[in-house]
Amino acid sequence: MERFTTIIGAAGIGCFLLAWALEGWLPLHHLNKIPVQTLEQIAPRPSAAFLDLNRRYPEAFAKHYGEPNAEAFREALKLARDTYIAEGCWHCHSQFVRPVSNEDIRFGPVAAAAEYQNEMQLPQLLGTRRVGPDLSREWNKHSVDWHVAHFYDPVSVVPTSVMPSYGWFFDDKDRPNKSGIAIVSYVMWLGSWTEDWDLGNARPSASVPRKDGAS
Amino acid sequence: MTAQGLTQPHAQPLVNRALVRAHLVAGLVFYVVVLFAGLLYGLQLQQLYPFPDVEFLSPGRVRMVHTNAAAFGFLVNCFTAALYWVIPRLCGVPVLSNRLGWVVFFAWQAIVLSAAVGILMGHAQAVEWGETPVWIDPVVLIGAALLIVNVAWPIFKRRDRDLYVTLWYYSAGFVWLALVYFMGNFLPQYWIPGAGGAAVVGLYIHDLVGLFVTPMGWGLMYYFVPVILKKPIWSHTLSLIGFWGLAFFYPLQGIHHFLFSPIPMYAQYGAVVSTIAIEIVVFTVIVNFFMTLRGDGDMIRTDMPIRWFYTGMVLYFTTCFQCAFQVTLTFQRIIHFSDWVVGHAHLVMYGVFGFWLLGTVDYLWPRLVRAGWYSNALRGWHYWMTTLGLTLMFLSLTAAGLVQGYLWSSLAPWEQSIISSVPFWTARTVAGVVIISGQFLLFYNMWMTARSNLPELEEAGSVAGALRA
Repeated sequence: MERFTTIIGAAGIGCFLLAWALEGWLPLHHLNKIPVQTLEQIAPRPSAAFLDLNRRYPEAFAKHYGEPNAEAFREALKLARDTYIAEGCWHCHSQFVRPVSNEDIRFGPVAAAAEYQNEMQLPQLLGTRRVGPDLSREWNKHSVDWHVAHFYDPVSVVPTSVMPSYGWFFDDKDRPNKSGIAIVSYVMWLGSWTEDWDLGNARPSASVPRKDGAS
Repeated sequence: MTAQGLTQPHAQPLVNRALVRAHLVAGLVFYVVVLFAGLLYGLQLQQLYPFPDVEFLSPGRVRMVHTNAAAFGFLVNCFTAALYWVIPRLCGVPVLSNRLGWVVFFAWQAIVLSAAVGILMGHAQAVEWGETPVWIDPVVLIGAALLIVNVAWPIFKRRDRDLYVTLWYYSAGFVWLALVYFMGNFLPQYWIPGAGGAAVVGLYIHDLVGLFVTPMGWGLMYYFVPVILKKPIWSHTLSLIGFWGLAFFYPLQGIHHFLFSPIPMYAQYGAVVSTIAIEIVVFTVIVNFFMTLRGDGDMIRTDMPIRWFYTGMVLYFTTCFQCAFQVTLTFQRIIHFSDWVVGHAHLVMYGVFGFWLLGTVDYLWPRLVRAGWYSNALRGWHYWMTTLGLTLMFLSLTAAGLVQGYLWSSLAPWEQSIISSVPFWTARTVAGVVIISGQFLLFYNMWMTARSNLPELEEAGSVAGALRA
């Protein structure tokens, strides 16, 4: 028990691999039955918010994204995701709704594994702390104007907010720049796929693949 | 006697004191970064952030510097100092190469610095506690591997066939560090999305504490406590149970960071049960150490390192006892996502491992600079300011967590949870200021202690001198 090889082999490697098999590989084995989707599949067309941003900020939009088509939308989502990670948004906002503590009433449908089987969750952004609210159902909570004002100066719309202001999402005329347009599009995309969910009995809709792969 | 004669009784000294000192000082420099990054983030929560318009000092980025500097700057450097001190003494063999030691020292500081700069520049990776930018992850692994080769060498070449407890923890900890770091930083980044990735990240967050920091910490305790008390550990059997219990149960627990998430429920139940099972292990270790202290209880009052170590053990017991309750689904409904968890994290990382390292600093520093402590009163003040500061921080965050959790559950407007948190956050900031002030007493005391013996240090402690040796 106290030999170097026993310690290294049984404790160091053995126990780790056993735990990996039970708490890593096994859940993965089951989750892998849900196909992993690409960004093209989960964001097939530009959102209403993205088109709205184009109408409100035509100059910045044309400069950074050109036409408000699906490619531009996906480019914005990818940039926003990088920004969301870089700014540590995920340390104060979660992206999953739990089936307890009245969260389905406060936020919306309870999170389903299929929602997370896509390349926008690589690495996953479930989060472990909520200083601010969960964002996974943010798509229908606020308007574009609200989000723009809120990113520029959170306290101006929520006086008690402790969220930092993100001046660098805006250009020298205080209009959203590339990052600003992207991050507003992103938070207003989160959960949009739940639009046709049955709120009483949350289940993945046709836009999210079911466990058996049928859609 | 000359300084040369003091440091080099043999052709090659068993312990490279300059290397130990360098890692200890580097660890404390990053410790200062940790303290101020934490304070800054706390000020943001009180709408008092001093640099609201500075992009690279945005609070979200500063928060990641706080946690990563704590893990990779403060803890790793100080633990490494201890490894360089302890392992050669236990094995009777010096480390593989002093030159390699210095290369790793400078490489590691460069790694931690570039990780901090990378995070501030906006290159963070979305792996909690592994926010080090993706381009630096392979370098971290290489640096850790070189360090491990250097300090594992004496374990291979040791004189006694049997391994002492400390070396069980260290040997296993080295293997775990490499496996855990690879798993956490690469799998969810490139191959495993979504809920499966969350399972892996949960394992990573937990294993970095349980399979690296904890073995390094208990390794320290099993060495320093018997050395200072001048008697062996009470029960060898309990040591064995403690070690194997940790090895078996700890790696199973990571998913308890994502309870009620879309991860398959049986994996969540497994994590909960194994977390509660670890209480057996915790009890054996605590009983073992307090039975060892029996008869010498007065040393908690008279011996500063023993005081730090046993305070850390009381907090370890508190933390782990808390675990058994907070990990249940009943508690999780309310406390998950709240400041309760932040309080718990500070109690573990600072109250236990930070305290053990501060005790180690208290023990090692006079031996490294070959001078008695400048002021015993300052040592006492440092202890009490740190301990009371941390206690206040823990209690205020725990209370804040309960308030937040119940308000969320009650469906009160979200802002109410912020408004109601402010008094607790104020208490936390005050606690932080008390802690930081206490640490500056330590640094002043260390400086004055070293200064009383400066000429000798310059001779014996220079990098060039160590390389010639």
